[in-house]
Amino acid sequence: MAGNTEPLSARSRLAVTAGKAAAAVSRAAGRGSGSVIGGKVALRLDPDLLQRLAQHLDVVLVSATNGKTTTTRLIAEALRANGEVVSNALGANMPAGITSALAGGSSARYGVIEVDEKYLAGVARDVTPKAIALLNLSRDQLDRAAETRMLAEKWREGLSGQKAVIVANADDPLVVWAASSSPNVVWVAAGQEWKDDAWSCPACGGVMQRPGDDWFCGECGFRRPTPSWALAGEHVLDPHGSAWPIHLQLPGRANRANAATSAAVAAAFGVAPQTALERMYAVKAVAGRYDVVGYEGRELRLLLAKNPAGWLETFSLIDSPPAPVILSVNARGADGTDTSWLWDVDYGRLAGHPICVIGDRKLDLAVRLEVAGVHFEVCEDAQDAVRRCPPGRIEVIANYTAFQDLRRAVGN
Amino acid sequence: MSDASLRLVWIYPDLLSTYGDQGNALVVERRARQRGLGVQRLDVRSDQPIPTSGDIYLIGGGEDRPQRLAAERLLRDGGLNRAVDNGAIVFSVCAGYQILGHEFVNDLGERSAGLGLLDVVSTRGEAERCVGDVLADMDENLRLPQLTGFENHQGVTHLGPSARPLARVRLGQGNGTGDGTEGAWNDTVFGTYMHGPVLARNPQIADLLIKLSLDVNALPPVDDRWYEALRQERIAAATQPV
Repeated sequence: MAGNTEPLSARSRLAVTAGKAAAAVSRAAGRGSGSVIGGKVALRLDPDLLQRLAQHLDVVLVSATNGKTTTTRLIAEALRANGEVVSNALGANMPAGITSALAGGSSARYGVIEVDEKYLAGVARDVTPKAIALLNLSRDQLDRAAETRMLAEKWREGLSGQKAVIVANADDPLVVWAASSSPNVVWVAAGQEWKDDAWSCPACGGVMQRPGDDWFCGECGFRRPTPSWALAGEHVLDPHGSAWPIHLQLPGRANRANAATSAAVAAAFGVAPQTALERMYAVKAVAGRYDVVGYEGRELRLLLAKNPAGWLETFSLIDSPPAPVILSVNARGADGTDTSWLWDVDYGRLAGHPICVIGDRKLDLAVRLEVAGVHFEVCEDAQDAVRRCPPGRIEVIANYTAFQDLRRAVGN
Repeated sequence: MSDASLRLVWIYPDLLSTYGDQGNALVVERRARQRGLGVQRLDVRSDQPIPTSGDIYLIGGGEDRPQRLAAERLLRDGGLNRAVDNGAIVFSVCAGYQILGHEFVNDLGERSAGLGLLDVVSTRGEAERCVGDVLADMDENLRLPQLTGFENHQGVTHLGPSARPLARVRLGQGNGTGDGTEGAWNDTVFGTYMHGPVLARNPQIADLLIKLSLDVNALPPVDDRWYEALRQERIAAATQPV
């Protein structure tokens, strides 16, 4: 399937070259990797470039509210068992960033591409993927993004008639609604701790019943599909009923779920679960997330949590009390400027941990923690917060731009 | 009011809890407990009946289709109107505020009937969505400090003669009618477009709800240090944009 021999047209080659030049200029100016500006320049010269670049690859798309960057990395590692992979590993997940990433891998066999939720339908149309992995959908940046249910509806419209294999989470009713318009779905019981965006049936608006791990609409019969793959504790169950141990350096249930989905995707390309899962062990940190950094005589574990579902999964993986926790929240453009979501997070779960709060919106956090009835200290910045913690490991949880600030502050 | 316990009812978290609205329930509950009151919090899903014996009812914001479904189910249930007849206090936000009025425009572009608990009518605005921080002066009859919050809505709400504006905006849109009004209230029913959540940003409004439900004029003070720091920061941010 891969290795289409038809070469890129002169126009496409020119576009790729111009995009790389723009990226190099942007890098030289100290403005990040330059992948987005490079992609924009290239797409302007050849609007069909993304489509043309993808023709030469077996493409996997990965989309979700949470976990898409990590899962993209895990799938890429697994597929490297079979051949070269090109990927937007740093999370530039809109069309320009994707174009730029693909332009960098002319000899690759596979393209493993993270796609922003809002762009999934369009990118899926352009790149004719072989597989699409859909992990979860939940509330995120509601002051600038579409409503969560509308996003599921757009996925559903975009995916109907898709020829790709859809590998989708059977435990998220919104994902199931989106994926079930497609004829070819592999259901994975990947779990979803956060349930508060799917109490209302996406099909008919009825109230969802959720006994144990099951779910169904009490009114229209829309219900959880029977999964062929499942995450079961520390193992992945494959469709033949074999249990494969998950060995990851990445912590937490959510990452084991990402590994289960990745194993199902890899199997669709002929990579056996054991091989796929063994290869995933190589992934240590993803764009700084989960990195452990020495700073001021302490070990800081850097954790990114951007929305209520992400915070919930993060709370379940941190060390138990008395491990100190530093929380940092900003509300800049890329974070969403409304901090109301802090009240959807159950900060009462941090009771017993020494807590320090920093970030642009540390006072919003202070009121939230005061009302949750947990003890906390409001600190100047990362250095001040770290110095107030005893030596040893500190769990640092930050939202998007706060995480970037933090990496700079601690030299990661 | 039996045994100094406050019955706090949170209406339809399955449909109307999209923007951290649980925060309003948490703030009322916390501040009542800090005054030594017992609190019974009842979260009522939209397939359950609304109890009519609550003291304070909270109803939050939500997306367009859940708003229509919530209004249909509340009308069919009838419990909230009976609770108001019994003297209960109701505090509503955004989609919930529109539902308490006579009518609103639903996700299908049609007019949906509301509960008629506030003398307001809501339509869909033609202008851009109102998104951002808001600063407003509260109705002077309420004798409360400035209102600070975050708005995110397309709705325009017109007040009838028996509804008073909750506040007058200094910054932001509020009711979106161009007359500077924000929210509405009568003696026991309140509505606002403010998220934030609004009671975390304006704890004195939470105290007002508690006082009205207990029929008292004052409550013992609590430590408002962090609320006050947050208010000052948000008011400064609204008046001096970077």
